[in-house]
Amino acid sequence: MMEQRNFRLLGAKGPQETANIAWSRKPEIARSIGPAPSGKPSSKISSRNVNFYYGDQQALINNNLDIAGNKVTAIIGPSGCGKSTHLRTYNRIFELYRNQRVTGEIFLDGENILDSGRDLLELRRRVGMIFQKPTPFPMSVFDNVAYGLKMHYRMNRHQMSERVEKALRQAALWEEVKDKLDQPGTALSGGQQQRLCIARAIAVEPEVVLMDEPTSAIDPVATAKIEDLITSLKENYTIVIVTHNMQQAARISDFTAFFYQGLIVEFGATRKIFTHPSNKQTEDYITGRFG
Amino acid sequence: MPIKTDNFATEERISPIRGTKRRNLDPAFRRLTMICGTLILLAVAGIFFELVLESRPSLEKFGWSFLFTGSWNPVTGEFGAASSIYGTLVSTLIAMVVAVPMSLVIALFLVEMASPGVRRLVGGAIELLAAIPSIIYGMWGLFVFAPFMADHVQPFLTETGLPLFAGPPMGIGMLTAGIILALMILPFITAVTRDVFTLVPPVLKESAYGMGSTTWEVTRKVTIPYGIQGIMGGCFLGLGRAIGETMAVTFVIGNRHEIALSLFSAGNSIASTLANEFTEAADPVYLSSLVELGLVLFGLTFLIQILAQMWLKRVRKKMGTGT
Amino acid sequence: MKERSFIFRRLTDLLVRIISALAALVGLFFLGWIIYIILARGAAAINWEFFTELPAPPGMPGGGLANAIAGTLAMTVFAVLMGVPIGMMAGVFLSEFGRGSRLGEWIRFCTNVLMGTPSIIIGVFVYVVVVLSTGNFSGYAGAAALALIMLPVVTRTTEDMLNLVPDALRESALALGAPYWRVTLGVVFPAAKTGLITGTLLAVARVSGETAPLLFTALNSTFWPDSLNEPTANLTVTIFNYAMSPYPDWQAMAWGGSFLITAGVLSATVLARGILWMRSKNR
Repeated sequence: MMEQRNFRLLGAKGPQETANIAWSRKPEIARSIGPAPSGKPSSKISSRNVNFYYGDQQALINNNLDIAGNKVTAIIGPSGCGKSTHLRTYNRIFELYRNQRVTGEIFLDGENILDSGRDLLELRRRVGMIFQKPTPFPMSVFDNVAYGLKMHYRMNRHQMSERVEKALRQAALWEEVKDKLDQPGTALSGGQQQRLCIARAIAVEPEVVLMDEPTSAIDPVATAKIEDLITSLKENYTIVIVTHNMQQAARISDFTAFFYQGLIVEFGATRKIFTHPSNKQTEDYITGRFG
Repeated sequence: MPIKTDNFATEERISPIRGTKRRNLDPAFRRLTMICGTLILLAVAGIFFELVLESRPSLEKFGWSFLFTGSWNPVTGEFGAASSIYGTLVSTLIAMVVAVPMSLVIALFLVEMASPGVRRLVGGAIELLAAIPSIIYGMWGLFVFAPFMADHVQPFLTETGLPLFAGPPMGIGMLTAGIILALMILPFITAVTRDVFTLVPPVLKESAYGMGSTTWEVTRKVTIPYGIQGIMGGCFLGLGRAIGETMAVTFVIGNRHEIALSLFSAGNSIASTLANEFTEAADPVYLSSLVELGLVLFGLTFLIQILAQMWLKRVRKKMGTGT
Repeated sequence: MKERSFIFRRLTDLLVRIISALAALVGLFFLGWIIYIILARGAAAINWEFFTELPAPPGMPGGGLANAIAGTLAMTVFAVLMGVPIGMMAGVFLSEFGRGSRLGEWIRFCTNVLMGTPSIIIGVFVYVVVVLSTGNFSGYAGAAALALIMLPVVTRTTEDMLNLVPDALRESALALGAPYWRVTLGVVFPAAKTGLITGTLLAVARVSGETAPLLFTALNSTFWPDSLNEPTANLTVTIFNYAMSPYPDWQAMAWGGSFLITAGVLSATVLARGILWMRSKNR
């Protein structure tokens, strides 16, 4: 595995060829993703020829992926395969770090979000994100949820508390915290903290919610709650979730993309991927032979 | 789990503030912090620049001989830094000779022998020594410690017959100043050494203990060699403190421009000369000689700081910590 | 032969242990000695007049250091107003923007140099820059010197404390569409609050006991400070002058001042360390 990685990192040429071969061999994938179309794509998010670099190391190679609106799309693959990296391009959060850069195009409702002129703050209002570990801010439960609201909306206190309540209800947390709104967010349990973060993210009414292994630091009972929540959220939001837990992907997602060494090896309906994977690597990974 | 979104009858549609309606303050914020950071850079450069600028009359008049001339006479306008430099170096040397071994064994006590409770208590108390203002050391040194030295310590030292301990036991002087300085830098060296001791990988110590070594043997053969760079860094930090310490020294060193072999005799240091004479210096050459003294002191502490950072950086790299 | 070397080794170890414990005791003894002396001699000089009256000439009964107390407080407040915001912003630069940059490395280096610069040198610098150019000693010059001493301490503390805040917290605030300045001030600072407060408290404690940088910036005065634009009375320089004077009643006043300064500085230090300790225990 290590040697392969090193080989991949020697230059972009070799792996790119592999990528093309992979696509040409799989007509049904080619249909679902397609060669970069000339017109504006109709999916919620469409990445075209996305390459990503940590300094000199290439981490994503020619990623093409279409995320359907109001569906749950899961991204799976062994650790270090680039799944989180791919997710982090959708809200350009990687730009926090000086040596990370991306090339290619990513369309959100047909507009390229990688354009340098994009308003990042507006983009991030429309594309929310949930992280691996719960990250409650050092303030009260109420202020946590209101944080984004205050930033993006002008509203009075009444409207504010309505929106906070609504977000907490949507995150299935309201009943548990309605008497503790003044307590610090850090005082909640791990699972509650993560739902608080989800409430915080959906309070600003994003269109897309990115989730980067949202249940990996949380106990099984809380995980089940969050999975239920994700299923109910797709009514209003488009959800992209990175997970290392294949059962989770099978349970909650409509589409699944399998990443391996920076390449999108296979993408399709979840049921199809998990029952009849067309790629040997996908099959090996799903059946637990590596990863 | 059905989610009802229509249970807020009063909810109004509020559209988000768009990019054009709010200004992006991030570049301005970044620039503000950068300016504040640059102010520190400018301060250090400014200290160098201004000290050199203001000491020009003295630099021109005395040249390099300023550093080696012992006489300091405001009446005749002859100024040489030798006695101040000598006093600074000797008092600092005494401080280091006393403080370094003492810090090492105190750190050893704190890390290897004391129970957690004792460690916190004694460690905290030692650190409090660093919080006591230097003028308090001066008061205590002049009114309490110097008489104590004169009555109970110096007479015994005189009996050794060494020229270092010759002369009347006055209490004040180089030796007393050095000891007080030692007390003042003790907490700094102890703190760094203690950190270094605790950062030595347990597996290293355990394998040495596993071979039947005693605590002292593990310390001498494993802990100290492993952390020597950090300890050196700590010593340089202490040295930098001692060399520029002003008030405590000014109270007890005696303030005489003289180079004498005996540690009992009164002397002065660069810092004490500045403290005593700066406001009295009416003559431009006098003032600029004092500023040049300051320049010498700044240069010394600058060098020491570089050495300290160099050693500490090495140990950080080795131990892979961000502290 | 083997037995003896074993005994010798054990004895050496025991000896070193005894020496270590003794050294720690010696350190404690000196701390206790100094604090005892300050308490014993200082408390005697503290009374109501000490806080409310101006200094009396030698030989006259009564009198206090009210003007010096006021001057020290005023200069410390001004120093905090100058040093803390600038230091914190510089710390923000080092931790948030300057990581790995050349400028950041230089600023960090200069912060260490400034921290290691003797306070008397700071005094000389401020004398040259402020006193010589304005033409008079002033409380503002004294406050500037104190601020310059605080500056690197606050910067370093801020950088260290902000570095302890996990990146995930920054990312999740940014992912909500918050601008970086709001993330820093609204999320990162509150997360580092305890550390920042205690660090600042320690820096204030340190400068409020400083004497050397005030000797030829604020100078001293026997009057009430009408404004900081004139030589300003302050506790530490007053202690120095009175202690060096031949009058016993002035020396007693100096002990009283020492008591006040020590009590203030030590209690601030103990408070700050206590807060830090409580926090580390709660984690």
